[in-house]
Amino acid sequence: MLHSVLFYVFAGVMFGAAMGVVFSRNPVHAVMFLVFTFFNAAILWLLAEAEFLAIVLVLVYVGAVMVLFLFVVMMLEVDVEAAKRGLTRYAPLGIALALVMAIELVNVIWLRGKIDSDVGGFVATPEGYSNTEALGAVLYTEHVYAFEIAAVILLLAIIAAITLTMRKRPGLKVQDVAKQVATRAKDRLRVVRMDAEKKQ
Amino acid sequence: MIGLQHYLTVSAMLFVLSIAGIVVNRKNLILLLMCIELMLLAVNTNFIAFSRFLGDETGQVFVFFILTVAAAEAAIGLAILVVLFRNRRSIAVQELNTLKG
Repeated sequence: MLHSVLFYVFAGVMFGAAMGVVFSRNPVHAVMFLVFTFFNAAILWLLAEAEFLAIVLVLVYVGAVMVLFLFVVMMLEVDVEAAKRGLTRYAPLGIALALVMAIELVNVIWLRGKIDSDVGGFVATPEGYSNTEALGAVLYTEHVYAFEIAAVILLLAIIAAITLTMRKRPGLKVQDVAKQVATRAKDRLRVVRMDAEKKQ
Repeated sequence: MIGLQHYLTVSAMLFVLSIAGIVVNRKNLILLLMCIELMLLAVNTNFIAFSRFLGDETGQVFVFFILTVAAAEAAIGLAILVVLFRNRRSIAVQELNTLKG
């Protein structure tokens, strides 16, 4: 009973936050709503006993990817007024498309689905079941090849992001450390021999 | 009793909402990227519900890899966005007509 109440509450809040992402005018607010959506999704995943992925979603996705989004949104001065113009022109089309798809999906899931309502409930996991342990047991054995490819994809992302955004700006006054280290005192300092001058 | 169908309904709603978002916010590239993130979240929720329903951890492994690829995609997409903004001073989709496609 409590489980159902929690599910409905967090699903409703998640849907509201997603509405905020889609329809908010300010991109910073949209990112904040997206973070909130991810938090609620993590709670739904926890309710489905996918604890490891719920924590990963909050730590990695909210902690890294959403912060990246926030940085970019704040770095680019997006013209909010210009983005607002013409927003409502395609809104009826979007809402109609969404309604049609929603009706189709609900039809498939609830009416045409072959899932019995009492079979559709999740069966209880056995005593002492650890989600993280079970996930690790298949991740590092059966799917180890895909795991390593995932590592290569992340490396690729690092290299691509850095090479895309790095730029050389000419005329910048920066120190050349190698030159500084290689220099010697006799290149810089000239000792001049001259006679002592009389005191004025 | 919360079961597979409830989770599928929630993720279907999220997916549909993000499709509407892509149509509505089609001018702002950064909001389009955010809507794609929402779509991926809906798909991941589907995967987790089915994984729990079938008692098979492979679905959760899939979610793990989707999260990895989505992180890479977000990083590269935002890098492209930053380069675009640096060159054009704008990220409006309708002004991206250099290729005359």
